Amino acid sequence: MVKEIERAGLPVVHMCTVTPISMTVGANRIVPTIAIPHPLGNPALDAAEEKKLRRGLVEKALKALTTEVEDQTIFED
Amino acid sequence: MSYKVVHYINQFFANIGGEEMAHVAPELRDGAVGPGTALNAQWKGEAEIVKTIVCGDSYFAEHEKEAKEQVIAWVKAEKPDFFIAGPAFNAGRYGYACANVAIAVQELGIPVLTGMYVENPGADYKDKVMIVSTRDSAAGMRQAAPTMAKLAMKIMKGEKIGASVEEGYMNMGVRVNMFEEERGAKRAVDMLINKLNDKPFVTEYPMPSFDRVAPNKAVKDLSKATIALCTSGGIVPKGNPDHIESSSASHYGEYSIAGVQALDEAGWETAHGGYDPIYANANPNRVLPVDVLRDMEKEGLIGKLHDKFYTTVGNGTAVASAKKFAAEYAQKLVADGVDAVIMTST
Amino acid sequence: MKTLELGYIHIKDIIIGSESKIENGVLYVDEKAVRELILEDENLKDVHFDVAKPGESTRITPVKDVIEPRYKVEGPGGVFPGMINKVEAVGSGKTHVLKDMAVVTAGKIVGFQEGIIDMSGPGADYTPFSKTINLVMVCEPADFLLSKEADATLPIENEKKPEYEKAVRMAGLKLAAYLGELSKDMTPDETETFSTPNLKEGLEMYPDLPRVVYVAMLQTQGLLHDTYVYGVDAKRTLSTMMWPTEIMDGAIVSGNCVSACDKNPTYIHENNPVVHELFKQHGKTLNFVGVIITNENVYLADKQRSSDWAAKLCELLGVDGAIVTQEGFGNPDTDLIMNTKKIELKGVKTTIVTDEYAGQDGKSQSLADADPLADAVVTGGNANQVIILPKMDKVIGMLDYVDVIAGGHAGSLRADGTIEAEIQVITSATNEMGFNKLSAR
Repeated sequence: MVKEIERAGLPVVHMCTVTPISMTVGANRIVPTIAIPHPLGNPALDAAEEKKLRRGLVEKALKALTTEVEDQTIFED
Repeated sequence: MSYKVVHYINQFFANIGGEEMAHVAPELRDGAVGPGTALNAQWKGEAEIVKTIVCGDSYFAEHEKEAKEQVIAWVKAEKPDFFIAGPAFNAGRYGYACANVAIAVQELGIPVLTGMYVENPGADYKDKVMIVSTRDSAAGMRQAAPTMAKLAMKIMKGEKIGASVEEGYMNMGVRVNMFEEERGAKRAVDMLINKLNDKPFVTEYPMPSFDRVAPNKAVKDLSKATIALCTSGGIVPKGNPDHIESSSASHYGEYSIAGVQALDEAGWETAHGGYDPIYANANPNRVLPVDVLRDMEKEGLIGKLHDKFYTTVGNGTAVASAKKFAAEYAQKLVADGVDAVIMTST
Repeated sequence: MKTLELGYIHIKDIIIGSESKIENGVLYVDEKAVRELILEDENLKDVHFDVAKPGESTRITPVKDVIEPRYKVEGPGGVFPGMINKVEAVGSGKTHVLKDMAVVTAGKIVGFQEGIIDMSGPGADYTPFSKTINLVMVCEPADFLLSKEADATLPIENEKKPEYEKAVRMAGLKLAAYLGELSKDMTPDETETFSTPNLKEGLEMYPDLPRVVYVAMLQTQGLLHDTYVYGVDAKRTLSTMMWPTEIMDGAIVSGNCVSACDKNPTYIHENNPVVHELFKQHGKTLNFVGVIITNENVYLADKQRSSDWAAKLCELLGVDGAIVTQEGFGNPDTDLIMNTKKIELKGVKTTIVTDEYAGQDGKSQSLADADPLADAVVTGGNANQVIILPKMDKVIGMLDYVDVIAGGHAGSLRADGTIEAEIQVITSATNEMGFNKLSAR
């Protein structure tokens, strides 16, 4: 799906837990997330900390969108 | 009443001659000629070759357009129930001609079948036209005739066509279910024993290759950019108003988040059946981070969070469907002036 | 040498009545006694029993688990260790098996719940459990588990789902163990013996045979997607090794049923087809070394660790070949490919068993992940294939969830009682342990 969005001319960042699938399906900007049932959260944390965690991940995604890439890239940190 | 069949063969099988006669132009004959008689024999009167078209292989290669037009004209005039070309075995130009003639006739809405050896260049068209796999020389006619005749009869009668290995045609790039003689575990053990002993084995699913799209340019200025959210995690308004399936989704959802500051348990849930839904239902922002993007919008970090998001259920959903959904909503995103997309997956 | 003898007692009929016994191949079930046994669990409000036989116009749905009753007559431990009996290593001695029958648990379960078993018609061709006489147990949740929202799509309150899932899972195992025990003093109709040498013995006995291990991947993705080994939730385990016969004593049980076509019910673990086929070749064409179990978790680090570990165990054992079976689809396709790739890179030849999601038209890519090293694949078929299941005279369970089960869609259940859905909804239709003959090309 990311590939089709990319094909339409929009930069797209794929936030997902299973980055190998993301690589196989051809996403170019990839941000690894927490876990499959809660990619952008962690139920073990309290609400404020969890939101902070989510904010951090989204910031990473925005950084990926503002970074030029030539090939498939996983933005680890 | 028996089914009417038109058969296409080359100069060699029409007994005109070999390479030296490959230049002959298309010719229309009544009834079955050469291999056609073998097919007729198999059908025992249920179907019959009424016309045979003979064309030299070199003529076809050098005058493809004219040759095809002539074949089409004759087929149109005859209005057969079925069209067979070949089998071409390992004759390269003959195989090419069979495949292309068959494709042209198929476009008229007439069912077709051809046959050839798997390494024949004409076999490259196996995704477009049904090709029976034959041996590499005319000595294989004895096996090819019953296979082709039987398959042709099934198609004429509108019967269900089994998987490629059952019916003897080359795989057309479509996965078809079938029942094997042995259960899967036995097949796996047998396959491993062959592999361990360096004996040939045939995988039941050849690994695909993936295409790639080059990355687009990065966003220059986030503070002026409209960012859209999309997800395959199945986030939908509570109650799943559009009934997006929990698996093998047949459509996607487009929902407004205009004025929504954060997704809450009361208003949103996941329709995805492939993962434990407890966490996403309790706090849907864990899949679709509307809350933090709203904050960032207020802080001026991003220009705008797009008013609509697009959602599907990735669980068991065919790649082709997912592709179609995304291709469709990507156009909407472009039209709405979106600058970049965050896609989340579970 | 680890040796287990299975004693098969064939069941020809099941009669629900007022006494529990097995006589002349007929299993009599004391309804009052089993009801009391099951309702000991306060999470269950009520339970109903019914019998479904091959060839009948009967549909069972939604199916949670299918279990074969067994009883340990000799040797350490008891069946379903860590769940029903205390934790003690099983897999040796003698175990009785009630053949040709199964316990099926059904009813309002939890999330997007699953599973159709048709006893006749086109759907019956796809499920192995149309060939067994099924004692079906339909469970009803206690009122305190129910959702308070009037418009809830599914009956159980979100936070209570795990408790209820557990209650129904345990109810099935309890009933199967209870029925198995009825065979305690019986002489089996036939017996079969399975022996596995230890590594040293195996090398001495079969110096010239290729050594083969079986890598069983267990679905461990959360509620309704879990598997238990000796009572441990397998998502909290590292890849480890087992004697093949431990599995026959019920050391692995199912806690999953979503997209019922390719989840392994407990019955299929007990009768693991790869284990049985490897035993058939053991000492002839290969030396069956043992079973590696590994999980399919939702965290990438877990996937990496578990697949590293599975490959490492193959390396440590110095095997020549491995059969890898998957459970489920989607992200577990990555675990499958990781395992296969890493094991192949250790110089161990693999064949793998999976199933496909190639779309209703069969034109899509079948797996979410791929690698050229996975060059020997056996498939259980395309789960997206659409099937029309005719109306059945009798439904055990309930049909009101057919539209929301995975593989169904709005309108799946038609007004005339027929169901149009993908074979995904049929219990064990595309089983990835190779239990069936279904395949695809």
